[in-house]
Amino acid sequence: MDNQIESSPGKNSIYISHDILKSLVEKYNTKIKIVYDKRNRSKIMVEPENLVETAIFLRDHYGFDHAESASGTDYPKDNEIEINYHLGSYSNQDLLPYILVLSTKINRNDPKSNSLINIFPSVEYHERETYEMLGVYFIGHPRNERFLLPEDWADIPPLRKEFRIKGR
Amino acid sequence: MSTLEEKIDEAKNLSMQIVKDSEEDRLMTLSVGPQHPGSGHFRFVIKIDGDYIVYVDPDPGYVHRGHEKMCEYRNFFQNIPHLERPVIHDSCNITYSYSLAIEDLIGITVPRRGQFIRAIASELNRLVYTEYWLAIYGIFLGHSTMFMWPAGDRELIIDLLERLTGHRVTHAFNIPGGVRNDMPYNFKEKCLTQVNYFEKRLKEYEHIFYNNPLLRQRTEGVGILSKEDAIKLGVTGSVLRASGVPYDIRKVEPYDVYDEIDFNVQYMKTCDSFARAYVPYLDMIESCHIIRQLLDKIPESGDVREKLLSNVKGPPGESFKRIESGRGALSYHIVSDGTSRAYRVKMSVGSFRNLLALPFLLVGSKLGDMPPIYWSLNYWPVEADR
Repeated sequence: MDNQIESSPGKNSIYISHDILKSLVEKYNTKIKIVYDKRNRSKIMVEPENLVETAIFLRDHYGFDHAESASGTDYPKDNEIEINYHLGSYSNQDLLPYILVLSTKINRNDPKSNSLINIFPSVEYHERETYEMLGVYFIGHPRNERFLLPEDWADIPPLRKEFRIKGR
Repeated sequence: MSTLEEKIDEAKNLSMQIVKDSEEDRLMTLSVGPQHPGSGHFRFVIKIDGDYIVYVDPDPGYVHRGHEKMCEYRNFFQNIPHLERPVIHDSCNITYSYSLAIEDLIGITVPRRGQFIRAIASELNRLVYTEYWLAIYGIFLGHSTMFMWPAGDRELIIDLLERLTGHRVTHAFNIPGGVRNDMPYNFKEKCLTQVNYFEKRLKEYEHIFYNNPLLRQRTEGVGILSKEDAIKLGVTGSVLRASGVPYDIRKVEPYDVYDEIDFNVQYMKTCDSFARAYVPYLDMIESCHIIRQLLDKIPESGDVREKLLSNVKGPPGESFKRIESGRGALSYHIVSDGTSRAYRVKMSVGSFRNLLALPFLLVGSKLGDMPPIYWSLNYWPVEADR
């Protein structure tokens, strides 16, 4: 049985990450911000209107094919919510150990963001979870509905910072 | 996804025009779970047309406890006991990636002996979890021997873990900085004997269960998840490997000492329920090899943990670490604002990701194929709900 993965994975990932970030900066120049570039992990911040476009570019040019996770973080001080997509690849051998964090910041008072469900179907439940936990409405997602919380939940989204656990 | 619609149409056509009533009258809605013994703490609503499933709506959340929120109120060490609750059978693995992420934030490395003990505990836990899952898989396919044997053999490994960590199931063993305590006296020899015996027992599973013609009939060719669909849905772990993608975090992104260990990534190309049931079994055999190598290579003495203050702080930043658990990639995304508590913790767990494959596989299949498909997804409701 040929159980070994072809070629040694991850060997080129560091070069690939430079390559990806460089081409993204060339394409979007000031509209994109590189937050960090560590070993096997990079994070880029894009404007909300460029989110879908960047995701399509990453999928088509570099073979990112699934999202490991999609989540949101609440920043009440800046009046912002940050949406993070952790993108990975199963098909591009060089990208196996690499995770690219595609993130965007949206207004906290009117939290709406474009859904990536048509580009990465694997974000479906993660986005739905973010909808109920942080109240972010995903434009284009077929079901912005309750998922994990009880059916009779009648409070603010629990992962917002002003939601306090009782007794704490 | 176009194939999903095609599957629905195909299923409808198969049992078409038996009763020429309106569409709604033909369908029967069934609620499977959460009290149904075959679903765990989980409910899914299905609609059937005759014998064929035409609609599936998973409804998790019956055991949602808000671990991500709880993490924001406790310091990095206080989080360990509650974070392992989602999967008590695999508790060394679920705290492993958490510890790795915290260590990455703080910027420390675990002493070498500690790394080995961690890996041993994590591999033993993988065996415990997979045995438990296999027992359930067996009983829901009506094979009661396959319930009794893994449930009994699991005790061998639980005994080992009890000697190592002090607890039978929830170990709280991995902590940021290393492991709680060193291996007890004579553990190495004991572990080697038990694992060797256990491996012999595993061979017998093949004869009684995997070569059983009844099991093969019920699982082979059932619930096909092609390689392209598996990648598109972003499934992970044994479900992904059963669809022909040799992807294992221990291999592609080795953490701690896994880059020194020689092992194969087990995968199959048949993409059906049988493959998804067989790959975890192959993983168990592989785990036995790994444990033997770890015991062979472990340094004779040394520290097992980096001592940290209980209110240890790291610089502001974020970290994303993942490991291969019994159900696939288990990753933590931790954001720190420089205090001793995490600002945001996101757990991305294998069960939650594999859940996406459930509606995809069930729609278009027969109701009788539901248990082999559902349980082959290696789905642990409590972990998915968090």
